Amino acid sequence: MAQTVFTYILHKDGKIDDTAFELISAAKKILPDAPVIAIAVGSGSELEAACNELSASYPEIWKIDDEALSYPNAEIIRGLLPRIIPQGSIVLVPHEHFGMDLSPGLSIKLDTSFLPDAVDFQGMEDGKLKAIREEYSGQVSTHVLCDIAQGSVITIRPGVFKADESKGESGTVVDKTADALKEGLPGQSRRFLEVVEAEVGDVDITKSEILISVGRGIEDEENLEMVNELAETMGGDVSCSRPIVDAKWMEKSRQVGTSGQTVKPKVYLALGISGSFQHMGGVKGAPYVIAVNKNPKAPIFQQADVGVVADILEFIPMLTDKVKEIKG
Amino acid sequence: MEILVCVKRVPDTAENEIEVNKDGTDIERDDLVYSVNEWDNYAAEEAIQIRDNVGGTVTVLSVGGEDAEEVVRREMAMGADQGILLSDEAFTGSDGRGISEIIKAEVEKGKYDLILTGAQADDGAGQIGGMLAALLDWPYASLVNLIEIIDESKIKVGREIAGGNQEMSEIDLPCVLSIQTGINEPRYVGIRGIRKVASMEIPVHGTGDLSLSPDVIGKSGAKVKRLDYFVHDPGEGADILEGSIDEILDKLVEILKTKGGIK
Repeated sequence: MAQTVFTYILHKDGKIDDTAFELISAAKKILPDAPVIAIAVGSGSELEAACNELSASYPEIWKIDDEALSYPNAEIIRGLLPRIIPQGSIVLVPHEHFGMDLSPGLSIKLDTSFLPDAVDFQGMEDGKLKAIREEYSGQVSTHVLCDIAQGSVITIRPGVFKADESKGESGTVVDKTADALKEGLPGQSRRFLEVVEAEVGDVDITKSEILISVGRGIEDEENLEMVNELAETMGGDVSCSRPIVDAKWMEKSRQVGTSGQTVKPKVYLALGISGSFQHMGGVKGAPYVIAVNKNPKAPIFQQADVGVVADILEFIPMLTDKVKEIKG
Repeated sequence: MEILVCVKRVPDTAENEIEVNKDGTDIERDDLVYSVNEWDNYAAEEAIQIRDNVGGTVTVLSVGGEDAEEVVRREMAMGADQGILLSDEAFTGSDGRGISEIIKAEVEKGKYDLILTGAQADDGAGQIGGMLAALLDWPYASLVNLIEIIDESKIKVGREIAGGNQEMSEIDLPCVLSIQTGINEPRYVGIRGIRKVASMEIPVHGTGDLSLSPDVIGKSGAKVKRLDYFVHDPGEGADILEGSIDEILDKLVEILKTKGGIK
């Protein structure tokens, strides 16, 4: 099979995202012998810096360079890529906010299969790619077969494939701008305006050493009081998972996760948090993770160092008392 | 503004622990509580608020079996004007592309300015909105957490991106948006509300009503097929503290002390 695997490169301020290296590993697992080509879209010196960095890891980089692409607008890029990507190719894109914006529609425009949020690959079976996905926020996994014979767009969960750090290449950068823009700039029906930065809250949880993080298991806004008391007793700060912010019980600035804050505490106490990858994606710096959840099958227990199977509404007051006791 | 909202009936993960059945062919469906997919409920609320502000009609659509009618009716009780159920044996086993083709066929029978879907559902794919938009050749924005109507031809949308930041864009109508949770506060729907719409008719459309090519829908048209369900081997996983509650508390506090969890 003479298929090429293309990887879509995320980059910002001239620096390439870690996923650029993870996609190499994913590509090797999908088709070990296929050529892998990076696609980098952007403009000017920032794109050039990204391409330079990429050339150490990729034998070939295709770039599309235009001022109109200085901010990655998926609507435009979805129109450009089919003009340069050959029919039948495999396209790998990180499964994060940009990839989710770009990819489902890209598969339609390329007329390929679409495999979202893959976490592993297990070779070919009956001529089809066998992959692993998760459903129900990671509570169960599935094997799926994806027909890639006519090409495929596959989004790859960030952080699950080991980054290929070999940097043994001295790749060539191929300028595809003319081909991509020959028919003009597509996607004008969606026009980027600005990025509104997140509001800074009263407490900067990204600097906290001890985080007491609360999730859906708290059930009621009034119950947050017991979490505050525990945090105060332990000398830590309170953070939360997405449902608490959605319910408007806490400020967005307290939310841990890929769509919230990235935290680097020493100790992370997760209370009634199921532990979706979007949430744990915001917990960095290898903290000691303690999980309390009444569901013994909650995914959080796969990522925690220590777990307690308990109803947090009963457990939190008892833990608070115990900590008070030893502090005297 | 004519708004279409696509909703899905899913097992309620807040109410259920999802487990794999004995032979791994499905999740254990006995005693499951079903509800409208959480993201879709925010989409329906948003559509209703837009209609209340600028006028128009909200239509709720679901692809599924007869059971899917209950979630359509629930969103009508919430305030949607009408519902459509897309249901046919031939739809069973469709992949994301197949479902999107089915919805597209229905969309082309009507005249919509705005289509809202949830950002994702139970399978975490987040694919229907983007595929539908591409099939219709309409612009698309995902993970939308803000909508402002500018005029009849364009709207302003905010997308939730990394770090709690928000990406603002202007987008022409008609368009498709996938809605992120937290965009609004969905209203409560009581039993009385459901009763009020109990007698409203929800038309059911199948292959015969929609012009659909059989090679993209159903099991035979699917390029992506689920083989089985399994529980991922957690490997090491957490060290689960055992014993009486006092013993657990003692151990936990000891751990907190050594790891710097108590100041």
